[in-house]
Amino acid sequence: MNFALSIPLEHVFVLAVALFCIGLTGVLVRRNVMFVLMSLEVMMNACGLAFVAAGARWAQADGQIMFMFILALAAAEVAVALGIVLQLSRRFDSLDVDSADEMHS
Amino acid sequence: MDALWLIPTFPLLGFLVLFLSQGKLPKVVVAVVGAGSIGLAAIVAVVVGKAFVDGGAEPQSQQLWTWMRVGEFVPEIRLYLDGLALVMTGVITGVGFLIHLYATGYMWDDPEEPEGFSRFFAYMNLFVFAMLMLVLGDNLLVLFLGWEGVGLCSYLLIGFYHRDPNNGYAARKAFVVTRVGDTFMALGLFLLFRELGTTEIQASLTAANVAWPEGSTMATVIGLLFLGGAMGKSAQVPLQTWLPDAMAGPTPVSALIHAATMVTAGVYLIARMHDIYLISPEAQFWVAVTGLVTLFISSFTALVQTDIKRVLAFSTMSQIGYMIMALGVGAWSAAIFHLMTHAFFKALLFLASGSVILALHHEQDMFKMGGLWRKLPIPFVSMLVGSVALAALPLTSGFFSKDAIMLTAADNPTAGMVFWGGAAIAAFMTALYTTRMILLTFFGEAKTAAHDSSGWNMNVPLVILCGLALGGGWFGLGIVSGVLPDGGIATHDHFSWIALVTMAMPLLGILTGWFVFGASRGGSTRLLGTEFAENVRRFWYIGWGFDWLYDRAVVAPFVALARMNKNDFVDLAFKSTASIARGIHHVLAVVQNGRLRWYAWNMVLGLAFVVVVVMWEVLG
Repeated sequence: MNFALSIPLEHVFVLAVALFCIGLTGVLVRRNVMFVLMSLEVMMNACGLAFVAAGARWAQADGQIMFMFILALAAAEVAVALGIVLQLSRRFDSLDVDSADEMHS
Repeated sequence: MDALWLIPTFPLLGFLVLFLSQGKLPKVVVAVVGAGSIGLAAIVAVVVGKAFVDGGAEPQSQQLWTWMRVGEFVPEIRLYLDGLALVMTGVITGVGFLIHLYATGYMWDDPEEPEGFSRFFAYMNLFVFAMLMLVLGDNLLVLFLGWEGVGLCSYLLIGFYHRDPNNGYAARKAFVVTRVGDTFMALGLFLLFRELGTTEIQASLTAANVAWPEGSTMATVIGLLFLGGAMGKSAQVPLQTWLPDAMAGPTPVSALIHAATMVTAGVYLIARMHDIYLISPEAQFWVAVTGLVTLFISSFTALVQTDIKRVLAFSTMSQIGYMIMALGVGAWSAAIFHLMTHAFFKALLFLASGSVILALHHEQDMFKMGGLWRKLPIPFVSMLVGSVALAALPLTSGFFSKDAIMLTAADNPTAGMVFWGGAAIAAFMTALYTTRMILLTFFGEAKTAAHDSSGWNMNVPLVILCGLALGGGWFGLGIVSGVLPDGGIATHDHFSWIALVTMAMPLLGILTGWFVFGASRGGSTRLLGTEFAENVRRFWYIGWGFDWLYDRAVVAPFVALARMNKNDFVDLAFKSTASIARGIHHVLAVVQNGRLRWYAWNMVLGLAFVVVVVMWEVLG
């Protein structure tokens, strides 16, 4: 396949790192829990992109398998996280993660 | 002979049954188990004793098992039966059974401790077990185990009425004061093991005879340390102060533990280790002095007591003083003889006084009694019989044993006349205070209404003990003569003025008592009129001031020291460890603030740090 050669691997990795950093910044600075979750999705997809690109570069199936795992992980995470979001909005009447800072010493 | 191990086993089983059932058994079952276990032990003791005598009275031992193996040190749990052990076993199980039987009636409807019936018999059975191990053990360690076991049971039973803090205090006092003696005893035991390399009693005595020459210092030191142990357990001066307070326990306890058996353990110890004292006449002399001082002091103290049980307690101290003095002057068999007869008549006196106390609804002050002889005939006769035996009127059991001691004491080469004279004065005092007790309790005006509620199980032991107290001297002589090697038991076989005075002293005491305390009671009030007499009375009443002295010399400084060191300096180490841990905890707790984004930041920074370090390693 040619297109693997048409885009250099380094570019894909730079994109992946950029996406990862954008997601990380979102997790660290956003207070709305929905945006935190969306930022997490961005981070995971950045990882997935790196895996797929690396798998294609060395013609190995591992990269695509890892991406499958990441999809399953994301699905599971969303299932749990949405439950937490629901509880958060019910108990604290807010989607601010800092409103749930009761659990401290 | 093979049944020897059964004797301590029955009381132990009785204890286990009563202890494990936690007072859930019906009272009748408790009484049957509690008294029956001792009765079975007594029957086995009779069978074993008969086989022993038929077999020529050869000492026998029965190996049960090995306690432990530590190199050369291999103490065995072995029972050893000789004449001395047999007499002690007979007293413990025989008199013990009678007292248990009596207790089934005395403790039945106890107003102070209605739930304690089962607990009482559990402790009593445990006591009998421990006492039997003490006298049957062929190893000083087993003896020490029994020694501490009886101390524990004594503590538990003195504090039996635990709702009154004073009784708990009395129990603690008994435990702590005897612990002083036990420390001496333990030191003597360690020293004996270091010197002779064994704790087996018979083996160590044989080795001692070989290793130490006559008058050896080591024998003196060990002998005096064992004397210290005997002082604590047998309530001898200067460790005697616990016994009068021990009367806080129920009356059968006073009869069994604080008159008939446990307090004679010291006498048994010295008699058992008598080879040591034969090697060291100096230690033996101090044994005699201890006995003399005790019997002298406590007979005067008994004269002025108002509580009937305290009179008997001081009387017990005095009579054990006689035994200890007998050991000190070499009248070994006579000491054991007096131990046996004393167990009979003092148990009788305590049980009879128990019947009186029960009939008067737990009134113990003799000045509130009086005129009871018509209402309580059986306790009255029992008390009278016990008293004449205690005062050693001719032909009672106490006469044979006490006069044997005094006649041997008079022959002592070191200070025979002092020993005999002190004992004779004390014999006079004994008759005097006994007469006073009888007159105050049973004669004169009735001051408290009495309700005799004692059943057969309380009266039968009294009647049997009456027989033993009167006749114990006749058959006892044959049993105990020769249990220990000495010149036999002295008897009145030839006339001398010493023998005459010895016999006359009790009669004189009773006559004096009759005139001073009898009939009009004018004598005692006239005597007490002067201020000097009142001061003497007060001095005797507080037991010659020993408690007062110990409070100031020992208790007060100790309490003051404890106050000074209230925040124990040793605790500083532990407390600083705890406060350091708490400080770190506070620092770390600030970090855990519950904010999700703060945690995420920490994770990212931590991860970045790890990545930097790894990069540094890989690239650098």
